[in-house]
Amino acid sequence: MFLSMNWISDFVDLSGLDKLDLIHKFSLSTAEVENDIFFKGSDVSGIVVAEIKSVEDHPNSKKLHLLKVDAGEAELTDVVCGAPNVRVGMKTAFAKVGAKIGEITIEPRPLAGYMSCGMCCSEHEIGISDDHSGIMEITDDVPNGTDLKDIYEIDDIVFEVDNKSLTNRPDLWGHYGIAREFAALAGRPLKPLDVEDLSVYDDMQKVDLKIEDPLCYRYSCLQVENITRSVSPVNMRIRLYYCGMRAINFLADLTNYLMLEMGQPMHAFDSRKVGAIRIKRFDKPFVFKTLDGVDRNVDENTLMICNGDIPVAIAGIMGGLDSEIVEDTTTLTLESATFDAASIRKSTVRLAHRTDASMRYEKSLDPELTVPAIARFLNLLKKYDNGVKVVSALTDEYAFRYDTVELSFTKSFVDRYTGIEIDNDTIVKTLQSLGFKVKLDGDTFDVVVPSWRATKDVTMNADIIEEITRIYGYDNFEIHTTRSPLYPVRMDEVKRNEEKIKDILVKRYSLHELHSYVWAYYDELKDLGIEVEDNIKLANATNPNIETIRNSMIPTQLCQVKTNVGYSPEFGIFEIGRVVTGMTGDNLCVEKKMLAITLYSKTQEVKDLYFKLRDILAVITSDVKHKLPDFAAIEPTHSYEHPVNLNAVKLDGEDIGVIGIVHPTIGKKIDKKAAIVFAQIDMQAFADTDNAPIVYDEPTKFPPMDYDISVVVPSNVLFADMAKCWADEGKGILKSAKIVDSYDTEVFHSETIRFEFSSHERTLSSEEVQEIMNSIVANLGKIGVCLR
Amino acid sequence: MDRISELREELEQKLSQTTDLISIDKVRVDFLGKKGRITALLKGMKDLSNEEKKTFGAKVNKLKESAAKRIDEKIENLRRAEVEREIAAMPKFDITAPANLERGSYHPITLVQRQCEAIFKSMGFTVEDYPEVVTDYECFESVNIPKHHPARDMQDTYYLTNGQLLKSQTSAAQNAILRKYGDNLKNNGVPIKAIFPGRCFRNEATDASHENTFFQMEGMMVDKDISISNLIFFMKTMLSEVFKRDVKVRLRPGFFPFVEPGFELDINCLICGGEGCSSCKHSGWLELCPCGMIHPNVLREGGIDPDEYTGFAFGLGLTRLAMMEYKIKDIRDLNSGSLKALAQFTDDE
Repeated sequence: MFLSMNWISDFVDLSGLDKLDLIHKFSLSTAEVENDIFFKGSDVSGIVVAEIKSVEDHPNSKKLHLLKVDAGEAELTDVVCGAPNVRVGMKTAFAKVGAKIGEITIEPRPLAGYMSCGMCCSEHEIGISDDHSGIMEITDDVPNGTDLKDIYEIDDIVFEVDNKSLTNRPDLWGHYGIAREFAALAGRPLKPLDVEDLSVYDDMQKVDLKIEDPLCYRYSCLQVENITRSVSPVNMRIRLYYCGMRAINFLADLTNYLMLEMGQPMHAFDSRKVGAIRIKRFDKPFVFKTLDGVDRNVDENTLMICNGDIPVAIAGIMGGLDSEIVEDTTTLTLESATFDAASIRKSTVRLAHRTDASMRYEKSLDPELTVPAIARFLNLLKKYDNGVKVVSALTDEYAFRYDTVELSFTKSFVDRYTGIEIDNDTIVKTLQSLGFKVKLDGDTFDVVVPSWRATKDVTMNADIIEEITRIYGYDNFEIHTTRSPLYPVRMDEVKRNEEKIKDILVKRYSLHELHSYVWAYYDELKDLGIEVEDNIKLANATNPNIETIRNSMIPTQLCQVKTNVGYSPEFGIFEIGRVVTGMTGDNLCVEKKMLAITLYSKTQEVKDLYFKLRDILAVITSDVKHKLPDFAAIEPTHSYEHPVNLNAVKLDGEDIGVIGIVHPTIGKKIDKKAAIVFAQIDMQAFADTDNAPIVYDEPTKFPPMDYDISVVVPSNVLFADMAKCWADEGKGILKSAKIVDSYDTEVFHSETIRFEFSSHERTLSSEEVQEIMNSIVANLGKIGVCLR
Repeated sequence: MDRISELREELEQKLSQTTDLISIDKVRVDFLGKKGRITALLKGMKDLSNEEKKTFGAKVNKLKESAAKRIDEKIENLRRAEVEREIAAMPKFDITAPANLERGSYHPITLVQRQCEAIFKSMGFTVEDYPEVVTDYECFESVNIPKHHPARDMQDTYYLTNGQLLKSQTSAAQNAILRKYGDNLKNNGVPIKAIFPGRCFRNEATDASHENTFFQMEGMMVDKDISISNLIFFMKTMLSEVFKRDVKVRLRPGFFPFVEPGFELDINCLICGGEGCSSCKHSGWLELCPCGMIHPNVLREGGIDPDEYTGFAFGLGLTRLAMMEYKIKDIRDLNSGSLKALAQFTDDE
């Protein structure tokens, strides 16, 4: 919203004050002012009122005319002018020699062979309207030679306030409300508005009016006739233009002017079309033509202004074409009303039509404004068109009144909330300057909130704190730290694990952390042949491509691998992110935080890559939890899983995740020649397993003893099966067993297993080791593992 | 020539022929071993007289000593020669050849998040995790945004078909945190100090400066007598830590339903230091984070009496901070999954 300092100055005397500084204060205390401040008229000077005394056709041009103008000087001035609307006796804006318009300085110069000593200007050239159809026509009775700036408010400082920062301030949607803030900030009084006394018309006939719907809070109207003026006064047009509106005609301009001044939208109907004003909703949707000529689909939730049963306006948004003021309108009905803010907002959204009026209604306007707005409107109307006659009594139906907001708080409350000392006098004066009624009794303040702040904005004591402190100025605050007891802070286990795991993956395994989206991207998955599995969906996705929330991060990562093929012949990626794996009994999403890792290699065999990933998982569990994972083969359930080597990852017997190889159909689509393996770990399940303590194993003084055996292992026997063969045989001295060599021939698979024995008490004898080994070999034999 | 001289000569000859440490060991055994040739001389002494034995024995012992010394010298020489050969054989490496920098990387958000978390942890804040799918109550109702409140329009929320939603703001965690620590506040006087970083979602079209998925971090502190003065102090301290320099802050009124009073906090522009430049649109200030005193309704809804306790809350755009810190121009790079863009962030801190 654009604001004019001239307009603001109508209501508060700011003379002698630095206007820019005030605007800056306003920005810090009230609402955000955009950076660009416009110094209107600053690039225009030397323009005077001049009368055209003679007009002759230019001998060398069809468009140009030779004029003699009276610019208030002893002699007439010769001017060559190309405007179509020149005529003798017309007064216009004339840039004398030496005048400045923008970058141009007016100098005498020949135009098609004739000297022109100045320029007649259009309003557009002066910068006071968009009109460049002809030169400005001045109808005001002023002497020739008068500087235009002496009669018109061409000079002005215009600034823009971010509408968003006014969302909660219905009172700031007009200059008068803004002026109140400036008055408070400058410590100067706010002047009352000039209004007409409407009570003098009380004896006249009332308008037939009935509010039939609670969404209309208040409806006030007045009928007037005999409006003869059609063009608005120049100053009014300048203000409208500077504030971003175009002048249309006097009546339309005046309703706009009033809205920009008081924030109250108004509408004028042709009285013939609104004999019986009814405000209501309709049972069924229908089509309604608004005054901009557009047919709009209005549904049954939309509040309408009607003439009996005929809709004539969409309440708070826009009038209808049929009830508009037209050429032969004699009597008009002025509407000034208040409607339910949420209803207007929703109607605006449904109609996809936001207007200056609806924008204001959405903010919960003060119903107390409707009558003063009419009184002010009439004041301006009479001022500029003195033949106007009021032909009805003020008709005012006030269906819903906000409660008066009265608050009571103590000085200590203010002290506690602000943390600084603001004295009682400052508090009282600040609140009074903003229109609050304040009574100070001892240390207690009793405050009545003004109606324009009481519609939703100021409802409780904390709101009062804002009023006091913002005018006090946050820059003036003395700042200090808090006094609070000490207390140890414990990290959440999932979070702690997360950070450790990230470090392991990045620092030890050189993996890359990526981020992704929480939904499944249909297009990308389709390209890879990965089926989008049914899951909870977005209800309002604007992009159908992202409708389904993912239930696993692995498809996401496979897409990312595809993105990065070509980055390097080998890389690994990971992410700790979220998935939804199902619904609870209460129909709530089961959200899980997952660690997903995917390794890609063109240089490694799939087996090596798979084992690398297995080792990564083992390092994670042993570093974070000090224990090793188990694995158990599972059947594939997703299209991207290779049916072989798919394993559940277990910790303490609990499933915490999965490790597998990408299905070859999908793998080939990513890269024909690369191995791709993946794993996913449920972070909560992982965090829920107990941390094993680190148990210190004191180095033994006695020499250890290694015992190697080479065995032939049948294909169906896993290392885990063999491990059971020595699990109970170690007698406390078998410390570890590991594969130190393995090889395959066409007929068998052989492994060399090294058993390490040691004792803290004694030097081991070969007999006792041999005895254990005999038992182990016997056990191995039972599962078909024989010495080679 | 006597036998002793012969042996001495033979030894010299053998030594001169020996070029490696293995052969020299053979020479040692041959001459000085238990069954070696010098020892054998002593065996031939039995026929000699006692006087002769004494003289001959002394000669043999002398030979033994000198032989051992000669052999040791030879070994020493050979060893030195071997080291010299090794030194000579060492090629000269080109240390200026490019280093192999292959290593992993953190997502820039992780880096910025860790920096922020470290600052807050140092001031005794807990770091809270919160789900991404939340209820309407968590995201709106509980933080003073009732149904039909215009603030719900301000943020275009992704709703799910079951009525839940993807959280549009980290504030969705406020209520749960107030409840989690409320008893400790009320019973033990321990202030609530928490930060809650998280991923947020807005249903909007993406471009270089808009993302539908981004990270925020919110924080709050609740205790008796927490004031606006504390809030400003805290924000200034916190942001000075974040930006590792003394930042100037200014507060302007801002409207957010969950705070009252609410503020927009600006810091003096990092690029121009407040002089005005294109980054700050020549204002000298950057709008950085919304903050304010926690709205009494939010405290009440979290089970905390607003007449007894007050608190402040603030939000920080982690995505925005990451972009500022690393001068990332296009926000979409962050979720692009592209290693070309993201593999550059190799170290934390």
